[in-house]
Amino acid sequence: MAQPLLEARGLTKRFGHVRALQDADFTAYPGEVVALIGDNGAGKSSLVKTLSGTIRPDGGQILVDGSPVDLSSPLDARRYGIETVYQDLALAPDLDAAANLHLGRELYRGGLLGRLGVLDHAAMRRSAVTAFAELGVDLQDVGAPVATLSGGQRQSVAVARAVAFANRIIFMDEPTAALGVVQRGRVLDTVRRVRDRGICVVLISHNMPEVLSVADRVEVLRLGRRVARFTAADTTVEELVGAMTGALDAEAAEAEARAEAARSAPAGPGPGADAPRKDGAQ
Amino acid sequence: MTAQAPAPVKDRQETTRRPPVPSWLRRLAAANEAWTFGVLALLVAFFTAARPSTFLTRYDITQIATNAAIYLVLGVGMTYVIIVAGIDLSVGSVLVLSAVLSAEYTIHHGGAKSGWGTIAVSTLIALATGLLWGALQGWLVAKARVPPLIVTLGGFGAALGAAQIITGGQDPAGAVSGKLQRSIGFGKLFGQIPWLVVIAFGATLVFGLVLAFTRFGRYTYAIGSNPEAARRVGINVDAHLVKVYALVGLLSGLGSVMWLAYFGTTSIAGHSTDNLKVITAVVLGGASLFGGRGSVLGTVIGVFIPAVLSTGLIIMGVQQYWQDVAIGVVLVAAVYLDQFRRRGRDHG
Repeated sequence: MAQPLLEARGLTKRFGHVRALQDADFTAYPGEVVALIGDNGAGKSSLVKTLSGTIRPDGGQILVDGSPVDLSSPLDARRYGIETVYQDLALAPDLDAAANLHLGRELYRGGLLGRLGVLDHAAMRRSAVTAFAELGVDLQDVGAPVATLSGGQRQSVAVARAVAFANRIIFMDEPTAALGVVQRGRVLDTVRRVRDRGICVVLISHNMPEVLSVADRVEVLRLGRRVARFTAADTTVEELVGAMTGALDAEAAEAEARAEAARSAPAGPGPGADAPRKDGAQ
Repeated sequence: MTAQAPAPVKDRQETTRRPPVPSWLRRLAAANEAWTFGVLALLVAFFTAARPSTFLTRYDITQIATNAAIYLVLGVGMTYVIIVAGIDLSVGSVLVLSAVLSAEYTIHHGGAKSGWGTIAVSTLIALATGLLWGALQGWLVAKARVPPLIVTLGGFGAALGAAQIITGGQDPAGAVSGKLQRSIGFGKLFGQIPWLVVIAFGATLVFGLVLAFTRFGRYTYAIGSNPEAARRVGINVDAHLVKVYALVGLLSGLGSVMWLAYFGTTSIAGHSTDNLKVITAVVLGGASLFGGRGSVLGTVIGVFIPAVLSTGLIIMGVQQYWQDVAIGVVLVAAVYLDQFRRRGRDHG
């Protein structure tokens, strides 16, 4: 099996009496779009927040490239090349698109001025123009405050910021929820384009047809636990909904089968499964 | 992978849809400073037309600038605080406390006849008092999460009370070295520009540039605009807030030195409305009380509007109290216009 880029094993998280994550697993491979779906309260947001360093899990393990890591802040996650596009976008509306793109990662002038913390506005603007052009984002003025942009354009700024700095994984939390049909199409195009650059995109979504149109694989969460994995090409909306609502619990069945197999004979690593797509449970 | 990029669309829209207005002009028209500067220019034009021989003589300009100097220094600090969506009601009281503590040192080290050594130490005491008081208020805002209005309202009362306890409520005699008064207070650079104005201009320039061109300024805007977003990109929001409140304190300390040099007394009772005057100037200058917007240039204009108005009304022979009425009206009108334009912008 190919080495997973990011793997979560048995994550648990409680908020008071609410168990947001109960022994949750998650796997993402390089160069794929993996959709993370689940009903409201299934733990999608908690899982994403844990994997992007915003909240700390109570238990479990996170592995990047196969080695365990400690993600105690979003900065840690960033250091591993993990970026997140939050549902609320996390933009500063009074700053322009170029400033938002570089927020927290400003470029400085050379020499003494740079050491005094003087920003290189021109360089940041140029790099913003490049970043937007690479995504095919149509932004007339990178110097206009983000508050003056349309919802779709704001979304593009947030996505472009993640893409510009991520070199491994981008989490996108409901990126199309607030968008119109045309803009939705553009965001999905962007998702594909990012994937084609070799970056893994984790898409959190409610929209099943959308998920099937853009994702390579689908992982389903229910009640804080991963209940199924699918290869997008081989599944249907009905199957996904079945897994989300609990009519189907492939992981439990699989675990049972594994336990069964372990009882009869020690199981080696599956040599036939060389691509992540074969990993799906049908 | 960029094959789908709709690159030519941009050019077409630029040429057909938009009339040939250069982008710098559009940005200028959208800038708050442009509008406020228009108001200031109108006032100057009006008074000049009404009293061409007496208004804006060189004496007038010097006088206006000198009167505005201390408010300008306080206003620069207040601009930062308002941009981070805070407020500082304590500036006048912190100025008084800084003045009193530095005066106490002067009184015990030579009084009015003291030399440069005493002046240097008393100045440092004034600056340090402001800085520490401001940092404490910043800590309460950032870490203890007490709303800035309350923290600085408490600071407003406490700093003034402390000053009154130290002095017994009376302005002490011998509070300032005569040397400081003659040099900084009444002296002029090249015999032309009052030192008070030079100091205010220097502080304004430095912190104006810091706000506009450095990381510190950028983070100030970002935190005022969306603190959660700032936190998520790794900006240390709490530490930045402490620094911003410490900066206002430091500038209040500087203001106290300028006040002592010019007026020669601590004027304990004379600073209870400084905060309102300074906030008025900053808001007139286009800063948003909701944070994220404002500039030092705007504040400069905002400080000079009341200064020009009061001088103009005096020259016109209008009773001076009309100034307060006029400023109130202009302030509310400015904020109304800002809201109006903002609504248009956010829906556009």
